[in-house]
Amino acid sequence: MMVSSRKYLNAAVYHLICMILVVIMIYPVLWMIMSSFKTQSGIFRGNLSLIPDEWRFANYVEGWQGFGNHTFGIFFSNSFIIAITSTLGTMTSAALVSYGFARIRFPGARFLFGCMIATLMLPYQIIMIPQYLILHRIHWVNTFLPMIVPWSLGNPFFIFLMIQFVRTIPFELDESALIDGCTKFGIFYRIILPLCKPALVTVAIFSFYWRWQDFIQPVIYLSKPRLYTVSVALRLFADPTSVTNWGAMFAMASLSILPVMIVFFILQKYIVEGISTTGLKG
Amino acid sequence: MRNTRGYNPKSAIAGYLFISPWLIGFLCFTIIPILASLYISFTKYDLISSPVWVGIKNFQRLFFQDPRYRKSLGITFVYVVTAVPLRLVFALFIAMILCQKRRLLGLYRLVYYLPSIIGGSVAIALVWRMFFGSGGPISLAAAGLGIKKTVSLIGNPRTALATIIALYIWQFGSSMLIFLAGLKNIPESFYEAAVVDGAGSLVKFFRITLPLLSPVILFNLIMQTIHGFLMFTQAWIITRGGPMDSTLVYVVYMFLRAFQFYDMGAASAMAWILLLIIGFFTMIIFATSRRWVYYESKVGI
Repeated sequence: MMVSSRKYLNAAVYHLICMILVVIMIYPVLWMIMSSFKTQSGIFRGNLSLIPDEWRFANYVEGWQGFGNHTFGIFFSNSFIIAITSTLGTMTSAALVSYGFARIRFPGARFLFGCMIATLMLPYQIIMIPQYLILHRIHWVNTFLPMIVPWSLGNPFFIFLMIQFVRTIPFELDESALIDGCTKFGIFYRIILPLCKPALVTVAIFSFYWRWQDFIQPVIYLSKPRLYTVSVALRLFADPTSVTNWGAMFAMASLSILPVMIVFFILQKYIVEGISTTGLKG
Repeated sequence: MRNTRGYNPKSAIAGYLFISPWLIGFLCFTIIPILASLYISFTKYDLISSPVWVGIKNFQRLFFQDPRYRKSLGITFVYVVTAVPLRLVFALFIAMILCQKRRLLGLYRLVYYLPSIIGGSVAIALVWRMFFGSGGPISLAAAGLGIKKTVSLIGNPRTALATIIALYIWQFGSSMLIFLAGLKNIPESFYEAAVVDGAGSLVKFFRITLPLLSPVILFNLIMQTIHGFLMFTQAWIITRGGPMDSTLVYVVYMFLRAFQFYDMGAASAMAWILLLIIGFFTMIIFATSRRWVYYESKVGI
């Protein structure tokens, strides 16, 4: 009797602590979503409650109108174009490059692999200025190319992740395909690529996240409102020089994380595995 | 048809074809820019007229004539040495809690990880700005406790950086998941043996958990330290480096130098100094790791 009641008390304390933490972790997000339904004065005045006094859906309509003549429809489609094309690109290149490094012997392979590992630790912030200077010169400013092309040619993180994965695939599969008369590309396309699906899903998820939420590159390269991504457009709500419609800001901020949340809840199993096994940051 | 080095020429070509996307990107978007920035860091360059060689003047100016630069360096150090250890301690603590056999663990893990996914976004930075700003829930709660009428943690130079640190700690989820994976790799039998020897939970933590987890801690520490030095979006959205430059972290100041003052020479010099700082810290962490990281097998790298 004593033992079991202590056990229950233990469990209760445990779940109480965990639940308090759940509230802390989720409160800012809930506050954002709930504020998107509040009136301008309701967001700040008076109470701490999450539930709006009166529900105001017009925030979404007003927010969607965007800035100037550009609606958030344009900003969302810009973000989707960048995130999806660069993600497809980086998946393709990561698969190809990882096969090249993991399965083919060629002169200079070790050296080039070393170069790639070295750039693994090289942050974008270091090369952002010279890269801007070069791309400025070839007139890529105010296009989506700076966001898409370098990313599509291969991100060292993803290539490394794929190499680690390809190495776990038994070499006998390659050999038997070779005996059957497969070319190198045939082996890659018919044997390796289908087996890489789990790793490719991880690449796709994180690439989409990082491209979708990227702020520093669009803010450097995109100065025309027609080209703004969602993250750059959201920033205008924080512009101190304009009178801000807070409800509209919260509405668009909530919408902006919706694609990420959808991917997160559908594919969370892959995400947890991806981080635990590769140490990718979120 | 093998050549003297033992490479099949056909497969050598195939190899280069397969890695060509990365190789092109590496040359065009990494190597050339980095060499260009090394050159530009020794010039005066404003994007309009062509670069003029000035020697080490940019570096001299940054270190000796630019108090804002020194301030941003200091702020960045403060940020890294507080935010990174706090995040890791918190991540480890929560990972230990979640490592028990209980119900609802999947839910907790999911919710704690969620901020890592969305925390880097502009949306969350805007939320933070409102949340800790005047009139936000925090200031209302403070007013409710009778502290002051309008408290804005964002507007106060003494607390602005703390709110950004709080945002960083709030995203402890990814480190937590890595710690959880590490904790699961520690054999249960170690703990059982320790219990037989009469070890309490503190002894178990310091004698078994910490040593066996130290390689994972090392990995997390290096990744998070690098990450910490590079923070931009949060400081830019929440405070724009203000108030009174109290959150002017390194990359924000570099951004201002480059894209507001069009001082590409100094900005390139700053990028190189940052690279050296990051390299230096990574090396220090690695060098000291021999004293505190425990590897079970002494073979390999």
